[in-house]
Amino acid sequence: MGAELSRHVKRNLVAYIALLPMAIVVIFAYLGTMAWSVRLSFSSSKLLPRYDFVGADQYLTLFDTPRWLTSLGNLAVIAFFFLLICFLLGTLLAIFIDQNVRAESLFRTVFLYPYAMSFVVAGLIWQWVLNPDLGIQHTMHGFGFTDFVLDWVVNSEMVLYAVILATVWHGAGLVMALILAGLRGVDTEIWRATRIDGIPAWRVYVSIVLPMLRPMIITSLVLLSISIVKMYDVVVAMTNGGPGTASEVPAKFIMDNLFERANIGLATAASTVMLVTVLLVMAPVIYSQYFRKSGRAS
Amino acid sequence: MMSQAKSATASKRPLTYQEVWGRIGIYTFLGVLALFFLLPLYVMLVTSFKSMDEVRLGLIFSLPQHFSLDAWVKAWTSACTGLDCTGLQVGFGNSVKILLPSVVFSILFGALNGYALSFWKVKGANVLFACLLLGSFVPYQVFIYPLVRFYAQTGIYGSLPAIVITHIIFGMPVMTLLFRNYYSGLPVELFKAARIDGAGFWKIFISIVLPMSVPIAIVAVIMQVTAIWNDFLLGLVFAGRDNLPMTVQLNNIVNTTTGERAYNVNMAATVLTSLVPLTVYLVSGRWFVRGIASGAVKG
Repeated sequence: MGAELSRHVKRNLVAYIALLPMAIVVIFAYLGTMAWSVRLSFSSSKLLPRYDFVGADQYLTLFDTPRWLTSLGNLAVIAFFFLLICFLLGTLLAIFIDQNVRAESLFRTVFLYPYAMSFVVAGLIWQWVLNPDLGIQHTMHGFGFTDFVLDWVVNSEMVLYAVILATVWHGAGLVMALILAGLRGVDTEIWRATRIDGIPAWRVYVSIVLPMLRPMIITSLVLLSISIVKMYDVVVAMTNGGPGTASEVPAKFIMDNLFERANIGLATAASTVMLVTVLLVMAPVIYSQYFRKSGRAS
Repeated sequence: MMSQAKSATASKRPLTYQEVWGRIGIYTFLGVLALFFLLPLYVMLVTSFKSMDEVRLGLIFSLPQHFSLDAWVKAWTSACTGLDCTGLQVGFGNSVKILLPSVVFSILFGALNGYALSFWKVKGANVLFACLLLGSFVPYQVFIYPLVRFYAQTGIYGSLPAIVITHIIFGMPVMTLLFRNYYSGLPVELFKAARIDGAGFWKIFISIVLPMSVPIAIVAVIMQVTAIWNDFLLGLVFAGRDNLPMTVQLNNIVNTTTGERAYNVNMAATVLTSLVPLTVYLVSGRWFVRGIASGAVKG
């Protein structure tokens, strides 16, 4: 047994060496840093890491911190509306573009270009368009509609919807591109058959075509979900968490506590909460998406 | 194909009233949304060509009365970050310095990992790969602080190598996935024949596998150039004050202005920052979409 193993390693020795950088990255940069972060979340670290043990103190403090609770609530609202609107809008765009329209590639280009731009740019642009003293509201006042109000970015009740607007603008094209690619792969026989049966087109989409596009739908939802959890740049550029704490998000809470408030214990506790949440949600998705059909070498 | 079939049946006879209204509905829907998507870009472009006097009139949607490039010149050469007024060209240079090595090395590692994973038997490799993929879903905030400590201890924190290494680390999952999936589709007989001829690991990689990787390498370049150019968080934390990328400098210029905000300069700066990814996007066309799809579709 041992001789066989060593023969196997010898035959493939170079492959083992070639995979060393990846092994180092996985073990140290991914797993090691995760473990380190989790360890620090159980310590009283402030400005510098300390390796004492204070139990769940940081977690108790964390869930007693209004700013963190606001961040979590905001993320939930953003996630719900962003996923819903992005998905519906992207799917509708794909279906409409698939109706044999003229200038199809022009429409595709227009709907996807925001996805090529950075979140910082998306945040800045929409902050200007929605800025009451500069953008749409100001222009409407200039036209004489002095009662017109569009003050989302400075209104703590509405600021989250401004962020959602900017992120939908950024991400809807992604859904459109993926769903459109899926629609192009649908068998044309389905359309002939359903037309003969007199089934309305929308029924065909909802009951037959969209269920066939499950892989594309899952892919787009996974990609959108990752961008929600990582959401930081767009908020920093657009509102910097304000007005007050009305548009704070967890990623920004962690960054502020790491680098400005010198509260490493609390920040790592918050990042551990995010880590556990992501792993719980993502592990089954990753397993079913990537490992059902595993690679040839295994 | 589907749309061709539809058009074939539709073009045989004149359109009915219902179909005409349907076409109008489709174009209205797409047209209105196209305007919505283009609106911010339009606002930025027209404002960037205006003088501040004209910006103060507050007609953000009107075309410039006097076409001026001053705001662009100012954004590029003398826009201020705090007291430092050297313009966005500094950030542009930094972004290029970060981009080139990060893109080259992250793609090389992706190709090497993908090749070793799909053609060679390495015990535990798939477990490593699974961890790597899982890592790509975890928010950066989990890794950032330990990495900062690590770089600080090795003395490279806040330097060009630190940000390049960071981009290689965080680009590795998607690059490895991309090349692994691509190589899984190559005929294994090719590999077996080369082994029988006595070719080793590197020989097969360099003279057989790499030359066949051109299409996927193009996709990888598109993905990495846009991702690394658009990065904000990693550049902010790891690049150090002397290497801040363009996105970070842009945000500093726009959000730390004192006194009257020079909206025309700010918007010119924003367009300048987007030029590289926008050009990549417009030139690459369908390849860009292929990158989005292959980055996440199952292997």
